[in-house]
Amino acid sequence: MATEYVLRMGDGKRVFMTKDKIKEEAIAGAGNAVDYGLVPDLSADEIDKIVEICAMPGKSVAVEFGMEVPVTHDIGTIRLDGDQGNSGVGIPSSRLVGMMMHERAFGADTMELGHIDYSYKPVKPIVSNECQMMEVAQQNMIVPLFYGAMPNMGLYYTPDGPFENPGDLLKAFKLEEAFASMEHSAEHLTRDIVWIMQKLMASGADGVNLDTTAAAGDADAFGTLNAVKALRAEFPEMYIEVGMAGESIIGMHGMLEFEGSILAGLWPHQQVKLAEKAGASIFGPVVNTNTSRSFSWNLARAITFIKECSKVAKIPLHVDMGMGVGGIPMLETPPIDAVTRASKAMVEMTNVDGL
Amino acid sequence: MPIAHIMASGMTGLRAGGDLVARMELSKSMRIKDAKEYVAKKVGVDVFDLADEYAMRDVREELGIGVITSVPGAPKGIAAKMNIEKVLGTKINCCETFRNQLKQ
Repeated sequence: MATEYVLRMGDGKRVFMTKDKIKEEAIAGAGNAVDYGLVPDLSADEIDKIVEICAMPGKSVAVEFGMEVPVTHDIGTIRLDGDQGNSGVGIPSSRLVGMMMHERAFGADTMELGHIDYSYKPVKPIVSNECQMMEVAQQNMIVPLFYGAMPNMGLYYTPDGPFENPGDLLKAFKLEEAFASMEHSAEHLTRDIVWIMQKLMASGADGVNLDTTAAAGDADAFGTLNAVKALRAEFPEMYIEVGMAGESIIGMHGMLEFEGSILAGLWPHQQVKLAEKAGASIFGPVVNTNTSRSFSWNLARAITFIKECSKVAKIPLHVDMGMGVGGIPMLETPPIDAVTRASKAMVEMTNVDGL
Repeated sequence: MPIAHIMASGMTGLRAGGDLVARMELSKSMRIKDAKEYVAKKVGVDVFDLADEYAMRDVREELGIGVITSVPGAPKGIAAKMNIEKVLGTKINCCETFRNQLKQ
């Protein structure tokens, strides 16, 4: 009887698989990325390496000496004092305490300050409070400190914002009105991100983390990339991180272009080129986890996409490796065996610059 | 989960040299190999030492660029960052802002 190894499904459930089955799943996962993204397939040696990492005997694994990379953190300190809606653990601590704990106790290479809503739009009325916090934090912190939030363009649509919801308009076949609503929202998104970051840069921020770019589709990406371009023109030394929401940009609008490229339907290796053109310092590509498929399927698929993205990138990549992305199972408490295996495989196999 | 990544793949920030490598990736868009080589040369260690807590502890203390423990009298916070600016030859926005607030 063949030996079986502990593995996870994409939802985190523990399963047992033989090496042959792990390999079969990895080949299928890589093939799925090839089909969707039209990226090169993994070699036989690379598939074997994924199988080897999946079948390692220890519960936790780690990269080889010398292959370590710095890490950035979406949401940052809110994971400590935030509520469950942000996957926070609800520890009643200040944001400064949270940032300093990450720096001095957890060994974080970078950190970020963020508002509890973690979107740019709600920061506008309280921006002075954020500036004050940034000033205090920068007096005390040593690691690079971003201001981070989500572009979250959905907040500009009714009932939360001033523009009619394009989902409702599209259902009523009011296509032109829907496109106009998305375009107006994108303009406001650009304006808000730039205005907020002008204030925070004057208060000493190292830069900005734009987390979950394109969550509301191509218009969200359009507004965010235009904000990056404007910020880069105004602040040549600013640290700008563009992290994506999903592996492919959803074409809610479908015809929006940035620097001559249609945004809808772009995959990570195409997205990074636009982030570079906009002026991003680093890029955070995403590959979504399929909860119905195995860990080896998801990991091989993620590595196939990111390997190509890393190959074409001129700027550093910090791959999104949170809950439900980058091969990591989709649950709030992803098992450490899966997290460390995905971490090791991604760093050792794709030449990425961070996580 | 972020701690698991730090343990599996990270450079452990102030414990070693992770913040310094991150600064060069972020400020100059250097990719990992170039960023590590640049930092190693500037702080006078081997690239392999950058994620080694033992090797980096004394280096950080001697250069005044911040250490993980609270050493009395050692540069902390913005003072440590001003030393990082000099060591890495890069500008840090909050240090510039701080300097601009000082009266001559």
